[in-house]
Amino acid sequence: MFSNVSNFSNDVDYALAMIIGISLFFLVGLTLIMIYFMWRYDHKRNPKATDIEGHIGLEVLWTVVPTILVVMMFYWGYNGYLKMRTAPDDAIQIKATGQMWSWSFEYPNGRVTDTLVVPLDKAVKLDLFSKDVIHSLYIPAFRIKEDMVPGRDNWMWFIAQQEGTYNILCAEYCGDRHSYMISHVDVLPVEDYEKWYNAKEKKSDYPGLALLKSNACMSCHSVDGTRLVGPSFLGIWGRKEIIVLENGVEKEIAVEKEYLMRSLNEPNVEVVKTYSKGMMQSYKDVFTEEEKEQIIDYLKSLK
Amino acid sequence: MTDTNTTAMEQSFWNEKKGIFSWIFTLDHKRIALLYLYAITAFFLVGMTLGFLMRLELIAPGQTIMEATTYNKVFTFHGVIMIFLVIIPSIPAVFGNFMLPIMLGTDDVALPRLNLFSWWLYIIGASMALLTLVYGPGSADTGWTFYAPYSVNTDTNVTLLLFAAFVLGFSSILTGLNFIVTIHRLRAPKMTWFKMPLFAWSLYATAWIQLLATPIVGITLLMVIAERTFGIGLFDPALGGDPVLYQHLFWIYSHPVVYVMILPAMGIISEILPTAAQRTIFGYKAIAISSMAIAFLGYFVWGHHMFTSGMSGEARVVFSFVTYLVAIPTAIKVFNWVATLYKGSIHMTPNLLWSTSFIFNFMIGGLTGLILGALSVDVHVHDTAYVVAHFHYTMFGGTIFVFFGAMHYWFPKIFGRMYNKRLSYISLTLTFIGFNVTYMAMLIVGGQGMPRRYYDYLPEFTTLNQISTVGSWVLVIGILMMIYNLVRSAKKGEIATANPWNGVTLEWQIPSPPPLHNFVKAPILSDKGPYDFSILDQVNRENLEN
Repeated sequence: MFSNVSNFSNDVDYALAMIIGISLFFLVGLTLIMIYFMWRYDHKRNPKATDIEGHIGLEVLWTVVPTILVVMMFYWGYNGYLKMRTAPDDAIQIKATGQMWSWSFEYPNGRVTDTLVVPLDKAVKLDLFSKDVIHSLYIPAFRIKEDMVPGRDNWMWFIAQQEGTYNILCAEYCGDRHSYMISHVDVLPVEDYEKWYNAKEKKSDYPGLALLKSNACMSCHSVDGTRLVGPSFLGIWGRKEIIVLENGVEKEIAVEKEYLMRSLNEPNVEVVKTYSKGMMQSYKDVFTEEEKEQIIDYLKSLK
Repeated sequence: MTDTNTTAMEQSFWNEKKGIFSWIFTLDHKRIALLYLYAITAFFLVGMTLGFLMRLELIAPGQTIMEATTYNKVFTFHGVIMIFLVIIPSIPAVFGNFMLPIMLGTDDVALPRLNLFSWWLYIIGASMALLTLVYGPGSADTGWTFYAPYSVNTDTNVTLLLFAAFVLGFSSILTGLNFIVTIHRLRAPKMTWFKMPLFAWSLYATAWIQLLATPIVGITLLMVIAERTFGIGLFDPALGGDPVLYQHLFWIYSHPVVYVMILPAMGIISEILPTAAQRTIFGYKAIAISSMAIAFLGYFVWGHHMFTSGMSGEARVVFSFVTYLVAIPTAIKVFNWVATLYKGSIHMTPNLLWSTSFIFNFMIGGLTGLILGALSVDVHVHDTAYVVAHFHYTMFGGTIFVFFGAMHYWFPKIFGRMYNKRLSYISLTLTFIGFNVTYMAMLIVGGQGMPRRYYDYLPEFTTLNQISTVGSWVLVIGILMMIYNLVRSAKKGEIATANPWNGVTLEWQIPSPPPLHNFVKAPILSDKGPYDFSILDQVNRENLEN
C-alpha cells in the first residue's frame, strides 16, 4: 500500500485504507457486542427477558451515523475517480488493442509492440480497442483498469511515478486463455524512453522473430528456457521430446522441421508430454509457407 | 407426550396421501416446499462439487486437474446452478412456501395451482440446463453473466442454457405473484400489516422484485438467443449492436435479484433472534420498512457492476452514490438484530449460532461492498477475486448460511423430529471456519490484483490460493456432516414437540409436523405484534391440549 507507483495509487490506497479502518471498527465492535450479549444475557444469567420494542433515539443515531460515513466514503472514491477521468491534453497517446489473447500497443510514430513502454513522470493516455470480445486492461500496481469494448473507444490515462516493470493483466473473461493474456509495462527514465522511442527498429537477422512477436507466440513460449504454457523455444531444434499421440500413445521424437510444421498447422494433435492440449490456435492459414520457414530458421538459431 | 406426537405424525400432511403422484401433483404448499427442498439440495450438492473442483484446480499454478476449457465450463455451470437453481428459489420457494401461509394463519397460498405450476417450470428449466451438459455442442463457457459479444459468438450450447434461465425466470415471477396475493388477501383476521411476522415482510419486498425485475432479464436472454439464431444485431458490434447495452439490461435485473437472494434471509434472522432471546424484536417497523427501502433502492444501483465498462462518467457517479444509500437500511437491520439480543433471555441453539455466524459473515459481505462502491477503489478491485469473495460473503455466508440456519430452526416443525445438536454444532464450526478461510484468502488475493475467472495465475498469488483451497476442504466436510445429520434425523431423530424453541409466531401453535390444513383451531394473536412472548404460556398450554 501507498507505493505511489502511479499518480492514482495513493488516492486509491488512501480511500481503501480509510474504508477498511471504518469497516474493521464496526465489524470488531459489533461482533464483540454480539458475543458479550450472548454471554451476559444467557438464560442462566438472565432468566427473565425484558421486552424493548425499540428506541427512537438509537434508530436515528444508527441511521444518521452510517449516512455520514457512507457520504464520506462516496466522496473519497469520487475524488480519486475524478482524476482518473480527467486526462491532460499533452498526454502521450498510445493506441492499445486487445485480442484473444494478446495485447498490442501502437505509438504515435507507428511503432507497434506487445509490451508497453512509458516514460517516468509523464502523462500517458491509452486509447482502448478490442478486435473481438470484451477485454479489460488492468495494471494492478497502477490501480487502474478499463474495459476494451469492441465497437467503442474507451480510454484510460496515468502517470507512472516509479521505474520498474509492472504486470498488465486481462480482467474481463475472454475465453480459454484469459489468464494467459499477460503483458507488462516498462517504466523508463525520460532519456531512456526517448532513446527507445526514436531507435530505428533493429532489422533483425531473423524475420521469424518479428513474426513470433507480433502474433503473441512469446506470451506462451519463452526464449530463455523458462517453462510457460508451451515448451520453451530455447534449444528446441533437435531437442528430444516425448510427445503424446492422438491415441494416447507416448513417443520420443527429435524436434525438427516435420514436427514444428505439424505444431504450427495442427498444434493440438501431437502435444509435448506435460503440456495441455487446446491452448494454441492453428497458424495454418495465418502464416504463409515462407513465413513458417522463417520462423523455423529463427528457432534453429536459439541454442 | 410421545403418544400425542406420534398421532401428530400420523395426522400430518406427510401421511395424508401416499405415492409419488400425491407429491408431484400436490397442491399442498408444504409438500410443494419439500419438492423444492429436495431439488435444491441436489443442485446445491452439484454446484458445491463444481466449486470444490475449481478450488482444487487453483491449488497450484499451471494445470492441476483439468484443462482451461473444462475449467471455464465448470465455473459457468457453478454460477448458473448456484444462482438460478439454488439461491434465487432457495428461501422463498422452500421456507416461504412452507411457512408463509402458516405464519399468516391460513391453510395455503392464494393460488395453489399456480404454485404447483411454478415448481414444474422450475423442474423443466432445471432439466433444460442439465441437458446442455450432454446434448449439443458442449456446455456453455461464458460465465453465468453471458456477456456479449462472447456469448453471441461462442460455439458452445449457450442458446439452450439461456432458454433454461428464461423458463426459470417465470417460475420465480409466478412464485412472487403468488406471495403478493397471499399476503394481501389471506392474512388472519386481526393480523394487520404491522402485525405480520418480519419474514412475511421480507417475502413481500422480495416478491415485488421478482415480479417487476425478472421480465427484463427474460426478454434480454431471448434477445441474445435471437442474435445467436437469426443474426439480429443487438449486442454484437460486428452486427451493429452494443455490448454495453447488454450489460445494462442484464444488471437491471441481476442487481435487484441479489436482494431477492438476501432479503428473505434477513427476514428469517428477524424470526430466529426474537425466539432465541425470548423477547420482542428491536425496531420492528425499522426492519420492516428497511426491507422495502432496500427493495426500492436496489433498482437504481445496477450500474455499479459497470464502473469500468466505458459508461459515461456522470452515470458512474450517480450509481456510486445510490449504491451507498443501500448501505443505510442494511446497516439499520444489523444494528436492530444485535440490539434484539440485549436484555434477552438467550437460549443457545444451533439455529441461533447459524444466525450470529450469518451476521458476522454478512457484515464482512456488506462492508467489503462499501469498498466496491467507492469509484476509484472499484476501478482497482473490479473483476478480481475480491469481487468473487465479496459476493460469496453475501450469498453463501449470507443467504446459504441462513438457509442452513432456517433448516435447523424449522426442522422439527417440518419433519416432526429433532436433529443431533452436538453434531450440528461441530458441523457449523467447520463450515464457519472453512468458509472464512476460503473466502478471506480470496478477498486478499483479489486486492493484490488477481483477476476473476482465472484458470492459472502468477506465482506471487500461490500461497493465498493454496490457503483458500485448503479452506474449501474444511468447508465441504462441514456441509456434508450437516447434511448427514439432517438426513439421518429426518428418519431417526428424537420426536420433536410442537414448540421446541418456545416461539410464539403461528407456526409454533400447530402440531409438528403440521396437519394438512395447518390449523385445527384459531391461532392466538397478540395485540402487541408477532413477537409478544407474554402469550408463550398460553401457546404451550394449547399445544399440550392438541
